[in-house]
Amino acid sequence: MLIKFKSSDHIGENQVTDESVYHNRRDMLKKMGFVGTGALMAATTPSRAASLSLFGGDQAQGAVNPNLKALDFSAEKSAQALGQVQTPELKATTHNNFYEFGTQKNQPSELAQNFKVNPWQLKISGHVENELTLDYDDLFNKFALQERIYRLRCVEAWSMVIPWIGFPLAELIKLAKPTSDAKYVAFKTLYDPEQMPGQASRRIGGGIKYPYIEGLRLDEAMNDLTLMSVGMYGKALPNQNGAPVRLVVPWKYGFKSIKSIVSIELTKRRPKTTWNILAPNEYGFYANVNPDVSHPRWSQASERRITTGGLFARNRIETLPFNGYGEQVAHLYKGMNLRKNY
Amino acid sequence: MATKTKVWLLKTVIHLAALIPLVYTYYLAIIDQLGGDPVEAILHFTGIGALNILLLSLLISPLAKRFKQAYILQTRRLVGLYAFAYALFHILSFLFFEVQFNWQLFVDEIIQRPYITVGMLAFTVLLLLAVTSVSALKRKMGKRWQQLHNWVYPAAILAAVHFYWSVKSELIEPSIYLVMVAVLLALRADKFKRWFR
Ligand code: HEM
Repeated sequence: MLIKFKSSDHIGENQVTDESVYHNRRDMLKKMGFVGTGALMAATTPSRAASLSLFGGDQAQGAVNPNLKALDFSAEKSAQALGQVQTPELKATTHNNFYEFGTQKNQPSELAQNFKVNPWQLKISGHVENELTLDYDDLFNKFALQERIYRLRCVEAWSMVIPWIGFPLAELIKLAKPTSDAKYVAFKTLYDPEQMPGQASRRIGGGIKYPYIEGLRLDEAMNDLTLMSVGMYGKALPNQNGAPVRLVVPWKYGFKSIKSIVSIELTKRRPKTTWNILAPNEYGFYANVNPDVSHPRWSQASERRITTGGLFARNRIETLPFNGYGEQVAHLYKGMNLRKNY
Repeated sequence: MATKTKVWLLKTVIHLAALIPLVYTYYLAIIDQLGGDPVEAILHFTGIGALNILLLSLLISPLAKRFKQAYILQTRRLVGLYAFAYALFHILSFLFFEVQFNWQLFVDEIIQRPYITVGMLAFTVLLLLAVTSVSALKRKMGKRWQQLHNWVYPAAILAAVHFYWSVKSELIEPSIYLVMVAVLLALRADKFKRWFR
């Protein structure tokens, strides 16, 4: 069933209040001179934006964008998904790892405000019979959009529950008709240093190699859980969440779910992936959520689920193998040593 | 202005500059108005705050010498204690809000994660310095007091290394901190040379 609803139906009243209060606080902070001043230690902004102001400037806080278009989609109705407390939209859109727009969590919501996502081109190439290029409108119209409420587990041991809107990657790949040589799928984010300050400056972008690239095995890509997302919370994706189109692979750590994709290439050999290039002993190709394999610098046995409640929220929960999606995906890794293939 | 008044004024400024951001940031975190993840924001705020204040405390005596303002030396203990206070809030926040009293996890993290082990070492030094900062103890300890308090230099190095090691890829800012520590130590080159003579 196709349901249409506007953003305003989706944001509860208290969330709206939250947001305005949030902005007032920041104004107050500014008036008190903590933001962007050379005070003794000024890091009173979310995260360490103004750490002693030696390194941080003052930027307006991003917001839940009321201008994003509402989408047509069939709503998620599985009992499992609906039983979970969702992360508030404001949090999911102001706490982002998108280094192209800054390494601090609040930076993408600020620095991605003017990012242009329309026009867009997403190219599907490589070992396919039918090369394709989707433009901005195709992303929203070519496939029936569905809502999927997924857990997102970051490799940094925090997690969220987010209502994505999109279409299965499998549908797109089928349309391109992979040849028998296609074994892997390689993804690439837009490279545009003029629009993406993190690509232009090492200081902002954390010195990782751009463009950001990711990859999946073909059978992982064809799994029904693997989603090409064009929206969240009933609306098109905000820029900071990877507009106009991003991958969502809910049983893997978040860095696999590459954002603002311009190229999907079917390959014969395993593609290189950004974090694996940077630190191969810390980030593997598979990056399946696995409580038994610690990251060298932190445990993965548990996670903090970000919903509401502030500092005193008791939100540390056990991490589940495959982020709780084992039933759907464990068979993909039968006989593999998941300690070695982390 | 009398020296006493100047010291009093300076100390008042230090109290306000250290306490107002601390109280206000915790307040925002508690009411969930400190970004998407208040726990991470608090850890970063208190961590970087502790390091900044620690470095500031090491800047006081070079400044006093350079500008011949001996009276500012009288604020050094206070600044050092605020560095400790921020570090204390940092690790208590880690225990209360990050690992949420999962003692097993707390201990495991301290032992297994080199960057946290280093942070713990730095904290242990700061703790010893804070406890022995009481005037009566200082008199009682005599020469040993100065020896103990020279450990502030290794503590600063450890804290900067802890920062450098904690980040995933963005190394520029922690590198600048390492350089600042090096500069503060270089200002004391004469002192260190005397030790090794
Ligand atoms: C037992 C002692 C300590 C523990 C368990 C600890 C733990 C942590 C943790 C978990 C982080 C956050 C890493 C991240 O989320 O990226 C961190 C960051 C940090 N800590 Fe500590 N720490 C300790 C002692 C110290 C001390 C004594 C200092 C300074 C005097 C310090 C300064 C910092 C700094 C500067 C950061 C980086 C903040 C940022 O990235 O903005 N830590 N620490």
